Amino acid sequence: MRKTLFSTIAALAVSLALPALAQEKTLTVYTYESFVAEWGPGPKVKEAFEKTCGCTVEWVGVADGVELLTRLKLEGEGTKADLVLGLDTNLITEAKATGLFEAHGLSPEGLTVPGGFSDDTFLPYDYGHFAVVYDSETLKTPPTSLKELVEGDPSQKIVIEDPRTSTPGLGLLLWVKSVYGDEAAGAWGKLKDRVLTVTPGWSEAYGLFTKGEAPMVLSYTTSPAYHVIAEQTERYKAAAFSEGHYVQIEVAGLTRTADDKDLARQFLTFMTGPDFQSIIPETNWMMPAAKTKDPLPAAFDALVKPEKTFLMSSDEVAANRKAWIDEWLAAMSAR
Amino acid sequence: MIFARTERRTLRVAGGLALGTVLAFVGAATAVLLAHAGPGAGAPLLDAYIGRVARFTLLQATLSTLLSVLLAIPVARALARQRDFPGRVWIIRLSVVPLGLPALVAALGVIEIWGRQGVVNDLLGLAGLQNPVSVYGLAGILIAHVFFNLPLAARFLLAALDRIPAEYWLTSANLGMGGGAVFRLVEWPVIRRVLPGIAGLVFMLCATSFTIVLTLGGGPAATTIEVAIYQALRFDFDPQRAVLLAFLQILVTASLLWLISLFGHPPEEGMTAGRAIRRFDGRRRRVPDGLVILLFTLFTAAPLAATLVSGLSADLGRLALDPLLHRALLTSLAISFASACLSLAIALPIVLVPRLAETGDAGIATRLMGRALPAVGSLILLVPPVVVATGWFLVLRTFSETGRFAPAVITVLNALMALPFVVRVLEPAYRTHLSRTTRLALSLGVTGLHRLRWIDLPALKKPLLTAFAFAMALSLGDLGAVAIFGAEGFITLPWLLFSRMASYRTADAAGIALLLGVICLLLTLPSTTAERPTERQSADA
Repeated sequence: MRKTLFSTIAALAVSLALPALAQEKTLTVYTYESFVAEWGPGPKVKEAFEKTCGCTVEWVGVADGVELLTRLKLEGEGTKADLVLGLDTNLITEAKATGLFEAHGLSPEGLTVPGGFSDDTFLPYDYGHFAVVYDSETLKTPPTSLKELVEGDPSQKIVIEDPRTSTPGLGLLLWVKSVYGDEAAGAWGKLKDRVLTVTPGWSEAYGLFTKGEAPMVLSYTTSPAYHVIAEQTERYKAAAFSEGHYVQIEVAGLTRTADDKDLARQFLTFMTGPDFQSIIPETNWMMPAAKTKDPLPAAFDALVKPEKTFLMSSDEVAANRKAWIDEWLAAMSAR
Repeated sequence: MIFARTERRTLRVAGGLALGTVLAFVGAATAVLLAHAGPGAGAPLLDAYIGRVARFTLLQATLSTLLSVLLAIPVARALARQRDFPGRVWIIRLSVVPLGLPALVAALGVIEIWGRQGVVNDLLGLAGLQNPVSVYGLAGILIAHVFFNLPLAARFLLAALDRIPAEYWLTSANLGMGGGAVFRLVEWPVIRRVLPGIAGLVFMLCATSFTIVLTLGGGPAATTIEVAIYQALRFDFDPQRAVLLAFLQILVTASLLWLISLFGHPPEEGMTAGRAIRRFDGRRRRVPDGLVILLFTLFTAAPLAATLVSGLSADLGRLALDPLLHRALLTSLAISFASACLSLAIALPIVLVPRLAETGDAGIATRLMGRALPAVGSLILLVPPVVVATGWFLVLRTFSETGRFAPAVITVLNALMALPFVVRVLEPAYRTHLSRTTRLALSLGVTGLHRLRWIDLPALKKPLLTAFAFAMALSLGDLGAVAIFGAEGFITLPWLLFSRMASYRTADAAGIALLLGVICLLLTLPSTTAERPTERQSADA
């Protein structure tokens, strides 16, 4: 009898506790797919943050940063996102123009992002410099500057991405614009002969490169670190360019419609802290935006560290993107 | 009179349903997108850029189609003549595999053979050529499109040649007809009847090509309207422009398709006792036919073999135990199975209602439907899936969580995209079948489900299974709308493949590509073995 009474009470207690459990806060984060992939930062970030917040992190992963913005524009006010993580600096102006974001109001310390980026709505979580990655087995004398790349031997080919469809492609466009300014069209006209092909995205370009179709590809300074750490090969290296490198900074921001803004801000603070930052290098293959718990792996120390960083304001990019792409199209399509 | 009265009624309802489903599905998406004005709204649609892009789209699609279809004629004739060619059935099976591979995988396979470091250049290098021959540009696009579409066209033509009554071959041999006479009097009338349909399908596939055109095109001079649509939806986020460009794509391509269709010509169907086909003209053509088949097989199989080799170099043991892969595999199989069933269900009225409309007493509504159904079932291929998916995302957003509907939308979308293939497999087969069995069935009073069960199914088993294999393979290899819905936990094989590739894991991606290829090959087994027993039975008899 006593046993029955005890189990009844226990059952009652459980049934009272359950709603409380079910009401545990949920933080919905929109991001790009490779962030939440099993080997990406997502699973570890979720585990680490859930330990501290008493909440559940729910990821929604779309194809890439551009798709992320498209998704938000499609959803508008009705978006489920509390946080959006994975836009890059080029998309900030357009993202703000949706009116869906709210100022973060945080002032994290120890951010080490190059190019002096700071913004009232978006906080950086990692960055990577664009770079020409080359196969050291087939290319003994890589270009040491963008000028050398543009004017070099046209039989040594490079695969690049299309600025109409991909962020690295847009990155190269802005890089050339930063270095050459009004002469950019002429530079593209020369570089054209070295371009084996222009792929729709990074995967296609990198696939062609690793198949040996071209000795060079437009990628990131961090790409060689993957090959060193995961494949134990130093075959692929990034070329340091004397003019400097264009940087891609990845950022996150909270939405105006977030359910629990304190929780979202708590995540943003966590994002710039050492727990999150330590996960980034070896899962997202980008440079951390702030201090990590331990020094970076040796493979990251050996990477090209650009002395000069190019970064255009996102307003400038938004205002000129169409004209610059048209200029690129004309120069690249000419015979 | 082809159908009994109840059959006619059922068919009219089914036709209406099929037409309604397709139009509503595409129409709803389009309407919603058109209402969703983007920031760039009002910019002129037809600028110099779009003009250039449209010209290039038509140029490469026309050349790709001509090459694929013209080469397919000798290949199909050789395969039809040499019925005992070693490995013949496997050569036919291989023709489905390219359809089930994501375009990127196929492009990389083509490059392993034709690229700068490819087998062809290695051979040329051995022959003393100094600089590698580069295929990037129009040549690369054409090679890849022929790789995709030559096997497809050859397979359709072969099916048409195989429908020629066996008695014709007997008679032509008895009459001592030479190769030229056989071609002119027996084969060409059949080929001419199916050629416009096949050419139209290939043309649409090439006109809407995206990844292959950009990756192998060598630069932005090679751009299709499909790329402009994608650009409008993504970086520019201008849904109205995307829809208008899609209309432009349909308009431009459809007018060319209409021109092609003028060459069509309904055949006279011959009666047959259903004896096994014996080609008496095969023996003296053995060497040239063998050569044609060999070249065709080399061309088609080499990029697939390259995909196989890179797939085998993946850590297949680890991949096989990967729970994520299991989930993706199950999801992909479930979606492609469902979409193949749906595609067949919609295709049957598309095939049958036009037959109904041909009968003298058909009403005006039936006649209209008989015209509209085949047109819709074919032009659907020109509707960019990304546009429809985006539209449906907007529609569903107003109801509830979009992620839950992702599998349904993708299933329907894949089913619609497979329609042109399914219809082209079933239509000629059904036409021949009806002409041979209708009178008997009606005079015996075998109608409705009984007719379907006892007369249609046994005779049409092979084309039905072939159509099913095509539809399922297409759906399996489609990345399509998954990217737009991006729901957590919803993973298909192509999605997993791209995701591995995007994080440097190219070996894993190659392993998944191999898996996709093997599944597609397995899919063709039922449709190609089904012919065997009947053939042997009648040969033994």
